[in-house]
Amino acid sequence: MTRDSGRMACGIAATLSFIFAAAPALAQDATAKIDGADTAWMISATALVLMMTIPGLALFYSGMVRKKNVLATMAQSVACAALCSLLWFAVGYSLSFVGDAPALGTFERLFLRGISMESTSAFAPTIPELLYVVYQMTFAIITVALIAGAVADRMRFSAFLWFVAGWLLFVYVPIAHWVWGGGFLASAGVLDFAGGTVVHLNAGIAGLVAAYVLGKRHGYGADNFAPHDLSLAVIGMGLLWVGWLGFNGGSALGANARAAFAITATHLAASTGALTWMFLEWWTRGKPSVLGLITGAIAGLGAITPASGFVLPWHGVVIGLIAGAICFWGCTRLKLRIGYDDSLDVFGVHGIGGATGTLLTGVFAVAALSAGPDAPEGSPGLLEGNARQVLIQLYAVVAVLVWSGLLTYVLLKAINFLLPLRVSEQHEIEGLDLTQHGEALQ
Amino acid sequence: MKLVIAIIKPFKLEDVRDALVALGVQGMTASEVTGYGRQKGHTEIYRGAEYAVNFLPKIRIEVAVPSDRVAAVVEAIIASAKTGQIGDGKIFVTSIDQAVRIRTGETDVDAL
Repeated sequence: MTRDSGRMACGIAATLSFIFAAAPALAQDATAKIDGADTAWMISATALVLMMTIPGLALFYSGMVRKKNVLATMAQSVACAALCSLLWFAVGYSLSFVGDAPALGTFERLFLRGISMESTSAFAPTIPELLYVVYQMTFAIITVALIAGAVADRMRFSAFLWFVAGWLLFVYVPIAHWVWGGGFLASAGVLDFAGGTVVHLNAGIAGLVAAYVLGKRHGYGADNFAPHDLSLAVIGMGLLWVGWLGFNGGSALGANARAAFAITATHLAASTGALTWMFLEWWTRGKPSVLGLITGAIAGLGAITPASGFVLPWHGVVIGLIAGAICFWGCTRLKLRIGYDDSLDVFGVHGIGGATGTLLTGVFAVAALSAGPDAPEGSPGLLEGNARQVLIQLYAVVAVLVWSGLLTYVLLKAINFLLPLRVSEQHEIEGLDLTQHGEALQ
Repeated sequence: MKLVIAIIKPFKLEDVRDALVALGVQGMTASEVTGYGRQKGHTEIYRGAEYAVNFLPKIRIEVAVPSDRVAAVVEAIIASAKTGQIGDGKIFVTSIDQAVRIRTGETDVDAL
């Protein structure tokens, strides 16, 4: 016992000295200057994106599950936010956004060592590097938290925590580096403004694989799985929608016109997505459901995400329309035909919406929006005569599908060696609130 | 003494209460219940998944009255709870063996 605690103390001391020893700031671009307006906007955007997960996603998801699983669903979002934050601080940021190797970043910023008051990132030269770290942290959080919707009502909480940690490190971190951190997809010229591939497609395909590996909920197709309180889901959707202005607008990484273009396209796509789903449901099912309205809005938001800083307002309307229709088909037809039990439609909304938006970015990209001092040409899409961009977008979609799908499968199978992924059937019937957390709604 | 039990549509509770107060009925108990009768339930659709909801929300009211008031009370409930649509509910009347007012110890009709 004594020897163990002694060893542990030594380990902690070594880790701390490792974190603090490398204090001298690494050489930064001498011309980089931190801008007050950009910094102010990015602090606000960071708060908005964090709000999307806690409480946005927690409410959105927990409103759609049955009453016995409400707290467990909320616990997944909150625990995911906490765990991903610490892992992002420890290793995630460094491996995602430091160094420009094709596959992965470096350990240079492990535990954020070496970040000074003057540090900036090459990706966001006008704001403090630490702000960029936290902004990107909120993206990592929501991406992992999104997957929880696919395994809602049945995943063991301890297995979920292992999954969150493993998935962040082995799936999110590499893909964020590939697309945004100077990796091979960035070098190939992939356009993903705020996370069509990194966030939505990534979480969507992982959700589909996880739903397959865990299997269907007990009573699927026979029992009543109706949402226990859609008003919670409406509040959650509202927080997501508002937070999304920070998600896409903040991805301009500055207080500028591009951020304005991004939030406009985002808001219009959400509006069009909501109305598209509503009218399709009204037409095919006879009633415009509230769940349909809010799902359509999220589908539009997910699809506009990769395109938002590359397209004009009317493109947002078109993308929202297409996403609303395709995701409606995905959730109401494709899902039933294939027969997977993705509880809250992570794949149907984020997977299909993210892939659709990523491809449409290659169609609609307007060079003038991405032209700047570093890239005077900008990035044109198919409508501006650059058909090749669609193929590059497809390349990114396939790369993310394969890596995320494969690694999610391997990770879940590996965790399954340690402990069962699902709760017992008896516990599933009793509800996760009581059996996993010892609490329940009255 | 008789106990009148009525299962009614939830939004009719206030109408029924007003009708019984007008008759001079002194008290009632109301509970939120679920159930089904010939109406059977209904279907709800969530993103394409259809669920049959077999138990519908209803209000169950209980009124204890002297035997000679039963007919009037039943008539009043029918008049106030009726919409003419399926699912209006049912009324059951049963006998009461004993009634006691806890505060005073009064019994039977005096306790109602």
